Amino acid sequence: MAIDNETVRQIAYLARLGVEEDKLEETQREFNKILAWVEELGEVNTDNVEPLYSPFDEGMVLREDNVVEGKQSKAVLENAPEKEFGYFVVPKVVE
Amino acid sequence: MTNLTELTISESLEKLRNKEISPVELTTAYIEKLEDNKKYNAFVTTTPDIALEQAKESEKRYMNKTNKALDGICLGIKDLFCTKGIKTTACSKIIDNFVPQYESTVTQNLLDDGACFLGKLNLDEFAMGGSNETSYFGPVVNPWSKDTKLVAGGSSGGSAAAVAANMCAGATGTDTGGSIRQPSAFCGVTGVKPTYGRCSRYGVIAFASSLDQAGPICKDVRDCALMLNSMAGFDAKDATSSRRDVPNFESILGQDVKGLKIGIPSEYRPDGLNEEIASYWDKAIEIMKEKGAEIVNISLPHTKYALPCYYVIAPAEASSNLARYDGIRFGNRVNGSNLEELYINTRSEGFGKEVKRRILIGTYVLSAGFYDAYYLKAQKIRRLIKNDFDEAFKKCDVILAPTSPIEAFSIGDKKMLENPINMYLNDVFTVSVNLAGLPAMSLPIGLSKNGLPLGMQFIGRAFDEETIFKAGYQLEQTVKFKRI
Repeated sequence: MAIDNETVRQIAYLARLGVEEDKLEETQREFNKILAWVEELGEVNTDNVEPLYSPFDEGMVLREDNVVEGKQSKAVLENAPEKEFGYFVVPKVVE
Repeated sequence: MTNLTELTISESLEKLRNKEISPVELTTAYIEKLEDNKKYNAFVTTTPDIALEQAKESEKRYMNKTNKALDGICLGIKDLFCTKGIKTTACSKIIDNFVPQYESTVTQNLLDDGACFLGKLNLDEFAMGGSNETSYFGPVVNPWSKDTKLVAGGSSGGSAAAVAANMCAGATGTDTGGSIRQPSAFCGVTGVKPTYGRCSRYGVIAFASSLDQAGPICKDVRDCALMLNSMAGFDAKDATSSRRDVPNFESILGQDVKGLKIGIPSEYRPDGLNEEIASYWDKAIEIMKEKGAEIVNISLPHTKYALPCYYVIAPAEASSNLARYDGIRFGNRVNGSNLEELYINTRSEGFGKEVKRRILIGTYVLSAGFYDAYYLKAQKIRRLIKNDFDEAFKKCDVILAPTSPIEAFSIGDKKMLENPINMYLNDVFTVSVNLAGLPAMSLPIGLSKNGLPLGMQFIGRAFDEETIFKAGYQLEQTVKFKRI
């Protein structure tokens, strides 16, 4: 399944990455090389095979619904590129 | 007296306990070594003052006999582990100013056992790479380099190089597709990728969450046992952390391997396998046979599909994990005229080429219409790969194979850089282990004709690190690899 420039643009947008116009061709070529390579997977018969999403086999355990580390807002904001009044600052999103 | 930095962890501990040396003396020796060996670019941040403070505390504990398992031992930490108050970058521009407000569980465990931290080690950006060349801070130079500068391997290139060059006694690494074992092989040191779930992933910057596992890189098998015992254990902060007991790995060393069934997978010896690597593999088999192990031929029929399977699953998980780097809560921000532009500008400027490539592939294989054909298909093949191992382990107790199909190559090697797939192919012997969640150890087997280290790996059943330690130790005792 080879992909075209338009698909590259769209995938990049979904990933919120910009691809410069002059890099589109190169990106598309590389992308197609990798896709052609993983295409090999199609050879394998996987009828009735359960997917294995994780090797972890001990199941999920619920813990008590208690706050264990609260009141950390200062630490949470410590690395924010922009903050004010105890909040993260973003560009205006509501007109 | 021998140079203190050349001692193994177990040798250092003995001298510390006998009061032949002090933690401050030992730490000072390492700090000097860090300065001497800056040329390798193994550390991206050094913390000599912190290490000395920790050494002084350690000294007190030795004085009042409250010393812990790794007291006074100087370690390097891969810059993927969050360290409270110490910059942690994943060697990416996008978070090159990030100072964690908490400590990863693995590093906390090491600190609780009295270790001193010398600093943070270089890696491929977000652990994506096999040569350490994708690091924002430049490649690590392999300490075995002769005329031309060679790669240290990746992604834990800084960890393996620092241990090889005696810049720290041991180092933490992480292994998603071979990132502990391959650099260990390239640098002539020993590295263990534990079973998935053995070490907590809490505070380890995520690459591919169902594959990532932390482990030690050390000078020898015994040191790996000591360090892994400190790093491992259940952690409520990681939902995939195992509740199984952690055995004392050191106590297993020295047990004989009589009757141990060692599996040799035929698929790992394709036509055209590097002859030197093949002959060292034969040598390792001979050594184990002489020690009384039984050699069994096994088959892992889906091996061929492990790489493409991995290069669907790992980028898929990465594209999801790396969505958090958006310039809002941490890391660098590049402004735009609206929120969406801010995201795009931040991510386009912050991520390097290989990371972007994997995010794009991952986004594609997870996108509507292609999910079944790529992602779901790969997860089904992953099951078949795990089934192969389950079948093989009915016939054998442990598997022996080369770690990497090649030795360390030159920094900037054209063949590797012009086609990303050429670099991916180097992971051919390592990725299956991650897909199946198994433990494996790489240890040096000898030097190539170019004078470069080559590695062999033992692969064990899930949660049976004991057998790989037992077998690895026996092989090591006969090989007697000469470190730098």
